Amino acid sequence: MQFMLLFSRQGKLRLQKWYVPLSDKEKKKITRELVQTVLARKPKMCSFLEWRDLKIVYKRYASLYFCCAIEDQDNELITLEIIHRYVELLDKYFGSVCELDIIFNFEKAYFILDEFLLGGEVQETSKKNVLKAIEQADLLQEVNFSFTRISQILFNPCIITGAYLFLQRSSAEQFGYFTVNIDVYVQWKFQQSGQKICW
Amino acid sequence: MSDVVERTLSALPGLLGQQDPGAGPGGGPGRVSATSRLGGLIRSITALSSKHEEEKLIQQEQTNLKATVSAPTTTLRLMKECMVRLIYCEMLGYESSFGYIHAIKLAQQGNLLEKRVGYLAVSLFLHENHELLLLLVNTVVKDLQSTNLVEVCMALTVVSQIFPREMIPAVLPLIEDKLQHSKEIIRRKAVQALYKFYLIAPNQVQHIHDKFRKALCDRDVGVMAASLHIYLQMIKKNASGYKDLTESFVSILKQVVGGKLPIDFNYHSVPAPWLQIQLLRILGLLGKDDPRTSELMYDVLDESLRRAEINHNITYAILFECVQTIYTICPKSDLLEKAAKCIGKFVLSPKINLKYLGLKALTYVIQQDPNLALQHQMTIIECLDHPDPIIKRETLELLYRITNGQNVTVIVQKMLDYLRQSKEEYTIINLTGKIAELVEKYAPDNEWFIQTMNAVFSVGGDVMHPDIPNNFLRLLAEGFDDEKEDEELRLYAVQSYLSLLEEEDTFYPQKFLQVMSWVLGEYSYLINDGDPEVIITRLHRLLKQTFVTSETKAWIMTAVTKMSSRMSCSKTIDKLIQEFSTSLDTCMRQYAFELKHLCENKELMKNLFPLDASCDEIMVDASLSFLDGFVAEGLSCGAAPYKPHHQRQEEKLSQEKALNFEPYGLSFTSNMSSSGFTGRQSPAGLSLGSDMSGNSAELGQKETNCLKLDGVRKLWGKEGYLPKKENKTGKEDKTQPVPQDSILTAHVVDPPLMQSEQQVVSLSEEEKEKQQLASTLFVGLGSNSTISLIFESLSCHFPVIEAQSMESCQKCVQLEKVCTEGVLSGSISYHLDTDTHLEFSLTFSLSDFIRPMKMTTEDFGRLWLSFSNDVKQNLKMSPSQGSLSVALNALKQKLKLHIVEIIGNEGIAACRLLPSVPCLLHCRTHARTLALWFRSSCSALPDSLLYQCQKVMEEA
Repeated sequence: MQFMLLFSRQGKLRLQKWYVPLSDKEKKKITRELVQTVLARKPKMCSFLEWRDLKIVYKRYASLYFCCAIEDQDNELITLEIIHRYVELLDKYFGSVCELDIIFNFEKAYFILDEFLLGGEVQETSKKNVLKAIEQADLLQEVNFSFTRISQILFNPCIITGAYLFLQRSSAEQFGYFTVNIDVYVQWKFQQSGQKICW
Repeated sequence: MSDVVERTLSALPGLLGQQDPGAGPGGGPGRVSATSRLGGLIRSITALSSKHEEEKLIQQEQTNLKATVSAPTTTLRLMKECMVRLIYCEMLGYESSFGYIHAIKLAQQGNLLEKRVGYLAVSLFLHENHELLLLLVNTVVKDLQSTNLVEVCMALTVVSQIFPREMIPAVLPLIEDKLQHSKEIIRRKAVQALYKFYLIAPNQVQHIHDKFRKALCDRDVGVMAASLHIYLQMIKKNASGYKDLTESFVSILKQVVGGKLPIDFNYHSVPAPWLQIQLLRILGLLGKDDPRTSELMYDVLDESLRRAEINHNITYAILFECVQTIYTICPKSDLLEKAAKCIGKFVLSPKINLKYLGLKALTYVIQQDPNLALQHQMTIIECLDHPDPIIKRETLELLYRITNGQNVTVIVQKMLDYLRQSKEEYTIINLTGKIAELVEKYAPDNEWFIQTMNAVFSVGGDVMHPDIPNNFLRLLAEGFDDEKEDEELRLYAVQSYLSLLEEEDTFYPQKFLQVMSWVLGEYSYLINDGDPEVIITRLHRLLKQTFVTSETKAWIMTAVTKMSSRMSCSKTIDKLIQEFSTSLDTCMRQYAFELKHLCENKELMKNLFPLDASCDEIMVDASLSFLDGFVAEGLSCGAAPYKPHHQRQEEKLSQEKALNFEPYGLSFTSNMSSSGFTGRQSPAGLSLGSDMSGNSAELGQKETNCLKLDGVRKLWGKEGYLPKKENKTGKEDKTQPVPQDSILTAHVVDPPLMQSEQQVVSLSEEEKEKQQLASTLFVGLGSNSTISLIFESLSCHFPVIEAQSMESCQKCVQLEKVCTEGVLSGSISYHLDTDTHLEFSLTFSLSDFIRPMKMTTEDFGRLWLSFSNDVKQNLKMSPSQGSLSVALNALKQKLKLHIVEIIGNEGIAACRLLPSVPCLLHCRTHARTLALWFRSSCSALPDSLLYQCQKVMEEA
């Protein structure tokens, strides 16, 4: 895949991912031309387009257009399914996604895309695995954050030298409603004595 | 998502007013606080009504951001937020390069949450050649060594997207280590990173090819799937190096298709479709032109076709890939049949996406299986007028592949119609090239040829490929065997251009004007009744037009010069010279002066511009022998004899050894040579000359490019829906063992036409029209499809044959179109007690029609240069084939080549295709590979012979 663009019915770009090195000028030109061409197409028309020497595969979901550029010998139908899988992933992550989710959380949408497509190739086809990777990263971040705060409150006089977190997540489907077991191993030393203790 | 209430931007401000948008329908964990700064930015941008206001707002935002990110007090947390806003600004199209360095810093210094945003910003802002990317390398190396899985993952993700090529060695060992990591996600991302490295610097990962094999055998499906990306690329480059893996790929595909993978990998209850498609593609590449490897995959392909039965897009995607693979590898009849059925499903589908792919598949297989197009001809006709241009375009592509002498006018007309409607440059370049190719190959008559090319030139304008006008002019100049035909064609071109130029103020593209002026300059003398003055007036008028570029003016001037050499005097020319002698354009002024001086000496001019000599080679007397008399005269008058430059310098050096004169000497020679040329010929004349003569090396191509003006039948015939079989020429040959004691009639029957005769009872007007179109489009397709052994339907009738005796009948078979295999079928009927009918068929391969061709090495050299169709290929030699002579001898025996000469590791051989189409072979051995190079006057022969050679080498 050469690039992926998400834009609204009004032609506003919502997400762009380029897998080939292009100058900003070219990117802008391509985006402008493509958005125009795709928006001008009627709903019953084919989801594929020939554009320059590339194939464009696009699909509209509600008010958002998902648009991928592939090479001529690539499979158009499977690209259509790549788009669909990405929408499914977004849907699962945000819980029935809408354009607003992507507008305000575009960095999350990028993270999900990076777990799914890497360097223009499908990286992970199992939906469960993709979401697991994202959630793990999300979780670790949140735990990390609260942990620093706890350490600030409780162990003010100590310097934390190392912390290991082990996460185990129950298999509940809906994100946000699952239980997490966190084992925290902390290694710290007292500022005065320098004695190392494990907790 | 479609069932979600469609909240568009117009509803945005109201929604944002709520304190907690997460409470809205479907509020998930990621719902953002619209109260954040980013939310504020987005909200204020949506509230704006004009682009101008947006620009102002973003400018202000960028100034704020700039101040914030460069302030030393800014916390990393705030920096993270700034980055997200910067990404947003960039997405809106406002460059924010001041933040790039801070993105790298954030990736380096932040905690996980901040680091992740930093890496994301880097991957979005920078491209792989960006200089700032070098600053990221250290961070990546550090994170790759981290004990935190998430950090390692982030580093691997960014490496797989962008990484500076020259820094690969810095991280390569770390990533190699990761291939043994216990977590599959790390292994998978490591493989993905190596894939990226393979793409940007294949040499750097050459030493770890065995590790790729390990990844292919990984117990985790994700890792294995990732390794397939690398294999697909490597096999694309060099399929022969990975043939040994075929069985592994086949067995993986078997497992996938059989549902042996974890259910996680299912997509809409189809097992791992992405994996399947990747594997099918790899198999296609491996099996191409390799019967033995293809053999291994027939079963699994059959299985894949069978399993993909659910009516869902994803199964169609797999089916499509299957069909492509089946048609790419060595054919197997029952698989082909199934694949053809599949294509039918696509073509006839009411879903437009599937129809498009059906057409694409048809285009792909059409050369192998033209009958398939015949089966779907009505659908194709419908698609030709489809409202969706993309469908039309693909249909034209399909028609382009089946064009022949009989349907060319209809197809080209359709292509021109499409061309006139398209605005996109790429399409125009592509289509004009195709039309020009078809026109040159199949034009039925002069008039059509010139008119169609005129259309191409005026629509294609200046965007089309420069080869098109060049080839066209070459075609006109070189002509064909028939002098009279050539003249008619040229005359027609001249007349048509004159009438085009008659209208004033019509705009023509520059390239078209150049073509016109060249043809007029070269061939306007063919008009007997016209006044050359008129032509010159028209050209003169063009010269004054503002839209004509100075390059085109040079062409026009050259044309005028050529024409003036054939006229005694002309007022227009005098006027023209006067006008342009004072022109501000120095080029034009030079032409005007040249023309003026040339006009004073008509004799010289006639010599300079001979009639119809654009193809003649210009002889240059490099020895300047015509000056001999002048030199002798000078010598006799006491002039010093000429000493070559180096001699003079040596003498000078010996006189005064201290100084080195070399630099001066050099510039002196270049002055000499350049001054020798000026004035001899105008620059445009030179360029024209080289244009035509420079192509003489491609003379051989004439054969493929030439117009076929003979033997073309009438179009729009009344044959009806489907074409009749073409007249058969050539002969047929057979010696039959005759049953004893029998009355025998040998009768050779036509091969059955594989056409489905559709009977339509009542036809509406529209349908009739379509059918007529169909009959013109698909004419000639069926006949040359099954066989290219063309023969007469012959029958022999023997009277009663005596017992113990033999009767024989001999016919001659000739290969008219080169193909690798042809089938001759027929039947014998004889009467004993009852009538008996026996069918038989004979398979001929190309080698049956090859004979040695005796010649000397000199002849070989001469012929070699005159042929233009060549094919090169490297073959692997097995150890038993040791030397070149062994390999060549094998070829000699199997293919009946004549070995002309062998010198060291090089050899040449020659053969001919009966009756007398020569083919030359040059081969060279080098480290277990045999480099074959074929050349022939027939375009298809080298390919087919190469295939035969490959077979011989494999068998040996």
